[in-house]
Amino acid sequence: MQASVQTKPGLKLRGTTCSTEVVVVRPAADPVALTCCGAPLTTEETGIAPAGPSPDGILLGKRYADEQTGLELLCTKPGPGELAVDGRPLSLKGAKPLPASD
Amino acid sequence: MNLSLVLDMACSGHADRVAVTTGDRNLTYAEIDAASRAVAAELVRTGATALVHLGTNAVSLPVCLFGAARAGVPFVPLNYRLSQEQLAGLLADHPGALLVHEGAAPASFQGLTRARDTLADLPPADAVEVPEDDELVAVLLYTSGTTAAPKGALLRHRHLLAYVLGTVEFGGAGEDEAALVTVPPYHIAGVTNLVSNLYAGRRIVYLDAFDPATWLETVRREQVTQAMVVPTMLARVVDLIGDAPDPRVGSLRTLSYGGARMPLPVLERALALFPEAGFVNAYGLTETSSTIALLGPDEHRAAFSASDPAARARLASVGRLVPGIELEVRDEDGGVLPPGTPGLLFLRGDQVSGEYAGSSVLDADGWFPTRDRGWVDVDGYLFLEGRADDTIIRGGENIAPAEIEDVLLEHPGVVDAVVVGVPDDEWGQRLAAVVVAADGSEPDIEELRAWVRARLRSSKTPDLVEFRAELPRTDTGKLLRRQVLAELADRQKA
Repeated sequence: MQASVQTKPGLKLRGTTCSTEVVVVRPAADPVALTCCGAPLTTEETGIAPAGPSPDGILLGKRYADEQTGLELLCTKPGPGELAVDGRPLSLKGAKPLPASD
Repeated sequence: MNLSLVLDMACSGHADRVAVTTGDRNLTYAEIDAASRAVAAELVRTGATALVHLGTNAVSLPVCLFGAARAGVPFVPLNYRLSQEQLAGLLADHPGALLVHEGAAPASFQGLTRARDTLADLPPADAVEVPEDDELVAVLLYTSGTTAAPKGALLRHRHLLAYVLGTVEFGGAGEDEAALVTVPPYHIAGVTNLVSNLYAGRRIVYLDAFDPATWLETVRREQVTQAMVVPTMLARVVDLIGDAPDPRVGSLRTLSYGGARMPLPVLERALALFPEAGFVNAYGLTETSSTIALLGPDEHRAAFSASDPAARARLASVGRLVPGIELEVRDEDGGVLPPGTPGLLFLRGDQVSGEYAGSSVLDADGWFPTRDRGWVDVDGYLFLEGRADDTIIRGGENIAPAEIEDVLLEHPGVVDAVVVGVPDDEWGQRLAAVVVAADGSEPDIEELRAWVRARLRSSKTPDLVEFRAELPRTDTGKLLRRQVLAELADRQKA
């Protein structure tokens, strides 16, 4: 049984077997079990060397979301994937970019 | 989450791209990163409580902003055009700050100072403990104070992060993109453009003293793709270009504007002179971390080419709300008004601070009273009527001066106009228009009054009309109505 975390905006989470790092942009209401590459995410420093960009992996600056819980994560360091919440894979969130206003 | 996340991500994504250019000086993301760590270490070492910046735009600006963020102290950019007396007043709020200055430091400041040119001499520092508490104040900006004394608005890390993460796509700019920035560093757009362009990966080109010829020359030389201007700047640019588009500034893809009300004739000329550019009108306040609504390029072109007056009227809209922002239009008693009815604008969202040094003006449900008046059409387009404090009450009727000013500006003999309410025993207030005439063609006063009467109604027709060579404005183009009113009142007494 994997430990669940109470997410909150700004919480940084890192892969324990890969270089992926994400930050919570929209939290889930209840504690959730978060994984990357099948291993739990941690709030501790891991010291894992960053992976080069991989088109199949978790991409820097992209958002990953779960419809069921409303959870949304922003990738702040790239790495392989996939990210999952309670065993469900998170999906890449496409957003129509706004025109530059400032 | 600390605002420096923006710079960390930019370094992960595009460390060796040039991030910022002033004249012949460039800094890459990696160079800003290293220099801001050195500044953060100096702030921690000296125990400074803030980084106060007094100077023009320069490549060192992001170094100061992110240095302060990493040290967990506020970045406080001050207006270098203020008088020594005004500066002394603001500096007195920050006795424990490190003052980074261009030119001589003000004699009134007794604390730590450092000439901006010497920031590069600070020893390198890698291990700075960056506080992750996003309740810390990231930026303190003094509002322009056109209707009251300047107030220090607080923006916490979470406000600026909500703005940039909510509205900007990371790395969304192509490597050839460059943004020409002419807004000063002490303006909210000066801070947010820095954060959003770094996050997008778009090179910033600073131009300090604005004049239209240098602006156009910089667009050409630097192959600028985006530019943000205030209305007074755009008016001078279109005047200089003349009657036909200038192919030498064809690199410009996006022209955004805001900061003050845009005269429709200036916008229409600009749309014709930059036929390939996408225009963006952005509305926001210091207290809302900049843009909360925008009218985009397609909406501009659709309105500009429309013959139906209702569709064309949308050119005067500030557009629709950005994601994460809610708006209510309320009456004086707090009741929520339906679309089409003007009232007071209230905003809510993660990027909205509504907080000044020592006090928040948010209500219990988190709504920020902007003190701006406006209304929303059935499709969600927002139209502004100006500041609530500028509303003129003539014989019991509430009159928004902006409506009359817009009509005056449509007159071919008028290049600038302001309408204020002067005290009057009979009417409470009477309407006084102060007008700047086009070169060599001062219109007849009665003709101007008839022009307004024909388009509005007699109660909105100025009772007095005076001509001036120019109107008093802030350096970001906001009208100083109080000053106009004070001059008129002095004259009446004399």
